[in-house]
Amino acid sequence: MSETAIKISHLGKSYNLSHAGAPVRYKTIQEELLRFPKKVWQTMRPGANLQRETFWALDDVSFDVNEGEVLGVIGRNGAGKSTLLKILARITEPTTGRVELFGRVGVLLEVATGFHWELSGRENIFLRGAILGMTRREIEKKFDEIVDFAEMEKFLDTPVKRYSSGMYVRLAFAVAAHLEPEILLVDEVLAVGDLKFQQKCIGKMGEVARSGRTVLFVSHQMAFVENLCTRTVLLDGGRVKALGPTHEIVSMYMQQAHDEPVVFDLASRKDRQGNGLFRFERVWLEDQDNKVVNHFKVGDRSVSIKTAVAPHSAETVEGTAALVINDVSGYRLMTLRSEDKDDLIHADGPSEISFKLDRIHLMPGTYYCNLYFGRWGGNEPYDFVENALALRIEPGDFHEIGKMLPPQPEKFIVNFDITCQPSESAQP
Amino acid sequence: MIQPTKGLTGISIRELWSFRDLIIILAGRDVKLRYKQTALGVVWVIMQPVIASLIFAVIFGLFAKLPSDGSPYLLFAFCGMLAWGLFSAAVQRGGASLVENASLVSKTYFPRIIIPLSSTLSALIDFCVSLAIMIVFMLVYQVTPTWRLVTLPLFVFLAMLAAAGASLWLTALNVYYRDFMYALPFILQVWMYATPVAYATSMIPEAYRVWFSLNPMVGIVEGFRWALLGESSVTVSMLVASTLVSGFVFIGGLIFFRRFERGFADTI
Repeated sequence: MSETAIKISHLGKSYNLSHAGAPVRYKTIQEELLRFPKKVWQTMRPGANLQRETFWALDDVSFDVNEGEVLGVIGRNGAGKSTLLKILARITEPTTGRVELFGRVGVLLEVATGFHWELSGRENIFLRGAILGMTRREIEKKFDEIVDFAEMEKFLDTPVKRYSSGMYVRLAFAVAAHLEPEILLVDEVLAVGDLKFQQKCIGKMGEVARSGRTVLFVSHQMAFVENLCTRTVLLDGGRVKALGPTHEIVSMYMQQAHDEPVVFDLASRKDRQGNGLFRFERVWLEDQDNKVVNHFKVGDRSVSIKTAVAPHSAETVEGTAALVINDVSGYRLMTLRSEDKDDLIHADGPSEISFKLDRIHLMPGTYYCNLYFGRWGGNEPYDFVENALALRIEPGDFHEIGKMLPPQPEKFIVNFDITCQPSESAQP
Repeated sequence: MIQPTKGLTGISIRELWSFRDLIIILAGRDVKLRYKQTALGVVWVIMQPVIASLIFAVIFGLFAKLPSDGSPYLLFAFCGMLAWGLFSAAVQRGGASLVENASLVSKTYFPRIIIPLSSTLSALIDFCVSLAIMIVFMLVYQVTPTWRLVTLPLFVFLAMLAAAGASLWLTALNVYYRDFMYALPFILQVWMYATPVAYATSMIPEAYRVWFSLNPMVGIVEGFRWALLGESSVTVSMLVASTLVSGFVFIGGLIFFRRFERGFADTI
């Protein structure tokens, strides 16, 4: 067994809640003065302490991360993933418990990590490096490599405020990954870059791990997690629900979806492209009786993937709708594109676009779908959401013989007949 | 090792030292940003104290005929502005620094104290420009500096100490109570009139001077005049008071800052 890089024991973080359920924000003195008599009254009343509401964002979390390991951290929103990373990054202090970190920590939390808008890319690289505790000379040594990885020589002296969001993430990731931290914490940042760069980042993270360093990777995109992480921890309500091999944990997380609403919310997704004329709001699965389900089985007939779209302008929008189905490693398996069948999609006000599938020919596993709605005859999206939906396919009776098709490593199955008959005519 | 901190904890000088490049980069950034997209740039640094001293010289020197300890009034007032300008710029920048750098505080880790310290330090650059103007003025009025000039860095250090101390208090409070952002210009204005910038300490009745010199800037401003102009009503006890009060404010600021530091990222 390799050595431990991060040792987390009984970690807890609590926030005091104000009435509305939001953490306590900054206040003005006036407010404080007005509240003072009330406070005095409350503390004097018997049982006053019970009144204070405490919310535990993390509660008794313990686990170890080994050196050279890429550990995935998954869980629903509010499960405590980001809080955990913030504590590991020493941005905020835990309330209880402790963490031992063996090595220098590099952090990539969200997108806007420590860049300054007015400064150029070059200046920001130095600023960022200095924040990570590097000296000027160390940064100079790495400088060319960073610029190379981010592919932005041309924009080095442009203020960062003129960068596109993609360039921004590229630079942020390049800096964080190249400054040789022994432990790299990455929180949901890859969603913004384009596919090519995402792949590059995943490659880089793998490389970081192979060189004996440690990566902690938080993501909502199971495809990335499955691709990159050997082990994964599942957080739920601030506690460790499970820790183990990634595919087990991911399928447990997907299974958890059994008791959960099966409608994927897209309205709050920010990592989308397009002019926003129309937006995907929700996406869900329906079986042949139009009942909402959370998975399909191999061989299911007449099922649909439905999505609710909402206009962001008064006009009727028409164009082409598409659904792309990818496998876990982001490899494109198929695309259902209305244009290919000469179906012009009209959306007049809030509408439902349904992608009806004759039959499920996919083998059991999890697949990821991108949703696209754009101008007819061209690649100009109104809205494009990657990994909008995790499509779970469970084993099923594909051949309708009362027997489940056994799981196979293959991705597809079709109807077939295999026969043998005596040759009637003479030799060919 | 990360665990909840309790009570008072020391500041690790070694850790601060390892981040010395960051202090310089942040201070340099503050200076750069201030004059980016300004048409006049560094002229602003010159204009403010020059015009203020001109006004003081006309109103207090020419019209009100206040005494100026023997120096030309313009020179006397500009020397006051030199010291005060350093202090007030340092406090202003330091005081607002944490909130201005909220994205750094909530997204990255490094010793937080670096932020107010580097903002405070960035005021030194402006000071150097003002000092050059002061030298021009001294040439014009043909004031020859004496050996006392070598003590100037000491007074600059005292001013920075007082400013850093005040900044630590203000910037930490500002995170929790945004009131201080609005109160700061007002506080500084009142403070300036409590400091002998436009007038001389010799105008203060003897009986009140003890209290007067509890304001650390009194000794510092008069010290500047003593070092540069040679004429000043500075006394040893005034300097001792300045040093003690500045040191006290600074150490108090450090403790206060450390005490509230742990909540910054959750509150800012």
